[in-house]
Amino acid sequence: MESNFIVQQLRSFIIENFLFDQDGNVKDEDSFLQGGILDSTGVLELVAFLEEKYGITVEEGELTPENLDSINNISVYLSRKMGRGQEEEGESAMGAVNPGGNK
Amino acid sequence: MSPRTALSFDVLHVDAARETERIAAGIRDIVFNQLRRKGAVIGVSGGVDSTVVAFLCTRALGPKRVLLLFTPETDSAPESLRLGRIVAEYLGVRSVVEDISSILREARCYARRDECVRSVVPEYGEGYKCKIVLPNLIEAERYAIFSVVVQTPAGKTKKVRLSPEAYLGIVAATNFKQRTRKMIEYYYADLFQYAVAGTPNRLEYDQGFFVKNGDGAADFKPIAHLYKSQVYQLAAYLGVPEEIQSRSPTTDTYSLHQSQEEFYFSLPLEKMDLCLYGKNQGIAAVDLAPAVGLEPEQVERVYRMIEAKRKVAHYLRSSALLIAPVEAV
Repeated sequence: MESNFIVQQLRSFIIENFLFDQDGNVKDEDSFLQGGILDSTGVLELVAFLEEKYGITVEEGELTPENLDSINNISVYLSRKMGRGQEEEGESAMGAVNPGGNK
Repeated sequence: MSPRTALSFDVLHVDAARETERIAAGIRDIVFNQLRRKGAVIGVSGGVDSTVVAFLCTRALGPKRVLLLFTPETDSAPESLRLGRIVAEYLGVRSVVEDISSILREARCYARRDECVRSVVPEYGEGYKCKIVLPNLIEAERYAIFSVVVQTPAGKTKKVRLSPEAYLGIVAATNFKQRTRKMIEYYYADLFQYAVAGTPNRLEYDQGFFVKNGDGAADFKPIAHLYKSQVYQLAAYLGVPEEIQSRSPTTDTYSLHQSQEEFYFSLPLEKMDLCLYGKNQGIAAVDLAPAVGLEPEQVERVYRMIEAKRKVAHYLRSSALLIAPVEAV
């Protein structure tokens, strides 16, 4: 699955579920925590979405901001989980993913 | 001594005698003058908060103008009712027991909850017990994800992460309990022209540890400005029975014992108290950390958690919002 496509899917999910289709301006590097976008229920919804959509299992130890706090962070996390870390790093340099976005 | 080492739990010391009289005067003014009610109804759980409120209302209004209400249900700990009765007897006030189990059964509170638990633990059935818990959020930077803990009739426990639907369904179903209790409290408030006393302490009020239109509903909240440790100081001053003072705070909502720490605050209440104080006073995490026995980064984490919970609590505290002001009222 293309990294750009994943980012687009993530953005659509975030806008539909947490911004109520009202704000399409969420940036890929925007922190969900700092923006007050995700509460504890939102995290549950996000994890369920990732597990269902991408066929992964989000482990307890992976429930961290580093993995889930922005579209970019999730994208990097997904790439790693789906075993495409090396390949996606190349694409991220083209702007689809910014691993340092939340740091 | 530097300011950094001077900070301790002492900052939450309160002059209990003075505070008691201040609150009692406030209760009299609110109930008699502002609300024009003849007394107060207090739902008493056998915990320290509701007991202190019962003591304060009795002191303020007199024992003849106070009604204690006990509303046990299937999952309540038996000691809750026993301790409540001790309070009523000690204060010499009227009390009423209303078992709300049948109302909850008819509302399908238990059935709805159990269906949600079964969606993630299919074997959950007759004789099982459950509670929902949060992970420890202090040790590492991680998100709060609720899990359900189930116990088989044989005593074996199992913990499973909840789906969003199961989590929301369990919470929505169990919230029937607090809302039913409030309904009964207002029945007696209407019957005797009394006001309903809410019993949240500052931690609960600030952080949204209540059910909207359930235990969050009340006509006045006399200890909402007091940190939990200050409630304990008043309890000691007022002579609250030792057994209640030393009782571990519990939600008394699920069939398995659930501490407030594992359900909501992720930190012992006295430490949570001091962290909330530190955040309110603008104390840097590095200065608060030694007093509370945490690392500075852990205090930072707690500060962020407090802020996040406040945002969620905003909805819980909001009354119905209007599109335009109604000037006449």
